[in-house]
Amino acid sequence: MSDLTAAFSTAVSLILSLDSDLVEIILLSLRVSGSAVVLAALVGLPLGAAIGVLRFRGRRALVVLLNASMGLPPVVVGLLVYLMLSRSGPLGWLGLLFTPGAMVIAQTLLVTPIVAALTRQAIEDLSEEYDEPLRSLGASFPQRVATLLYEGRLSLATTLLAGFGRAIAEVGAVIIVGGNIAHVTRVMTTAIALETSRGDLPLALGLGLVLVGIAIVVNGCAQWMQEVARRAAA
Amino acid sequence: MPQPDPLTGRAQATRRSAGAQLDRLHILPLRLEGVVLERRGVRLLDELSFQLERGPCSVILGPNGAGKTLALRVCNGLLPPDAGRVIWDGPDAHQAARGRALVFQRPMLLRRSAWANVDYALRLRRIPKPERDQRIETVLRETRLLTLASRPARQLSGGEQQRLALARAWAMDPSVLFLDEPAAALDPGSTRALEEAIRAVRASGTKIVMTTHDLAQAERMADEILFLHQGRLLEQTPAADFFAGPRTDEARAFLKGEVL
Repeated sequence: MSDLTAAFSTAVSLILSLDSDLVEIILLSLRVSGSAVVLAALVGLPLGAAIGVLRFRGRRALVVLLNASMGLPPVVVGLLVYLMLSRSGPLGWLGLLFTPGAMVIAQTLLVTPIVAALTRQAIEDLSEEYDEPLRSLGASFPQRVATLLYEGRLSLATTLLAGFGRAIAEVGAVIIVGGNIAHVTRVMTTAIALETSRGDLPLALGLGLVLVGIAIVVNGCAQWMQEVARRAAA
Repeated sequence: MPQPDPLTGRAQATRRSAGAQLDRLHILPLRLEGVVLERRGVRLLDELSFQLERGPCSVILGPNGAGKTLALRVCNGLLPPDAGRVIWDGPDAHQAARGRALVFQRPMLLRRSAWANVDYALRLRRIPKPERDQRIETVLRETRLLTLASRPARQLSGGEQQRLALARAWAMDPSVLFLDEPAAALDPGSTRALEEAIRAVRASGTKIVMTTHDLAQAERMADEILFLHQGRLLEQTPAADFFAGPRTDEARAFLKGEVL
């Protein structure tokens, strides 16, 4: 118990003193996960909106597939990205394996289905209310999609925050494609796994506290946005 | 000296100002020829044929389920008919979609201010900003919403929301404006304010086509009545003649308040 207390107190002092290793790992985590969410938004928002608005053959099966892909196991995604980026893989020439770029790709693949599936649901609900009136105003298909995305902006921001939460807390994919290399690809989750196995509990605990703190902030933002959205919809 | 309009008694110059900035398209008369709409083997619109001319306010009357709303949606191109034709005429018929507007029974307002809701519709038409601003101010003033311009549209009362939907449609200066039971959920005061706004739109030269099952409103607003029953047009006649003596048993029963 006293070991745990000592580890906890050292972890707090590491955070308060802005330990350089700790800060480096936190900043890389935020950079990798933030980039992944931006890329996932660029693909997932229009993709989800298009599926939400369009009616086509096979749409129902696509929606089932999209929803199922929200639960993609990170290690499987990591393995696929590893195979693609490894020297003998089709994208090996990019030289991205064991770089933050590979980690961004893996997290983007994990987050995009979440963004697309939640966007599809939000836009489909809005579309039922707005589609005919927007068509009657003369809005073209791209204009209708853009309007629905704007109208659902607060719900979609919540979607992006959920995607960010998934990315920042993920360990399986980034450890496979990043390799957990110190000062290169070490992020909070992989560092916690490593330091725990090495018995360096203060750093692991310090990173854990920061990770929980980020999760609380992200969820707080999501809840606040949902309340704002609910008031705006009134 | 502006001449008073015979319908409303208000100065025509004021009303024309709402439509002064856009070149109104002329897409009437509108002809429906044998329009059929079927769902699961049931004919919702059954060989519907009529012609709507410029000028008079046409009210499509009929009981619930008669096909009034479907007829409006077909006219607006929101529902393609399974058979028959919808033919817009006039020198600008090829641009029919730009010359018509529809106000829904439940107004769809965007999550932004009243002003921005009208602005949105005008931006779709690529109207330059100075012209947009002038036009928005005019239609909001005419519908008595100018003082509420900065309020979130979805926080307005039901009557104000419906007037805003009307103002947004009017701002596009349509040749014909379709209104789907616009006062269905409004109290008498809001209904009166809405009807005043509709008269102002009509006085600006826009053809009004509205559906209702409210006989009193139909009598107040209509110049001609199109009576629908079970997806078929049973009568198209001047309003005074219809209310004085309808030709069909169904219309007589409807006027007596009997269940059809």
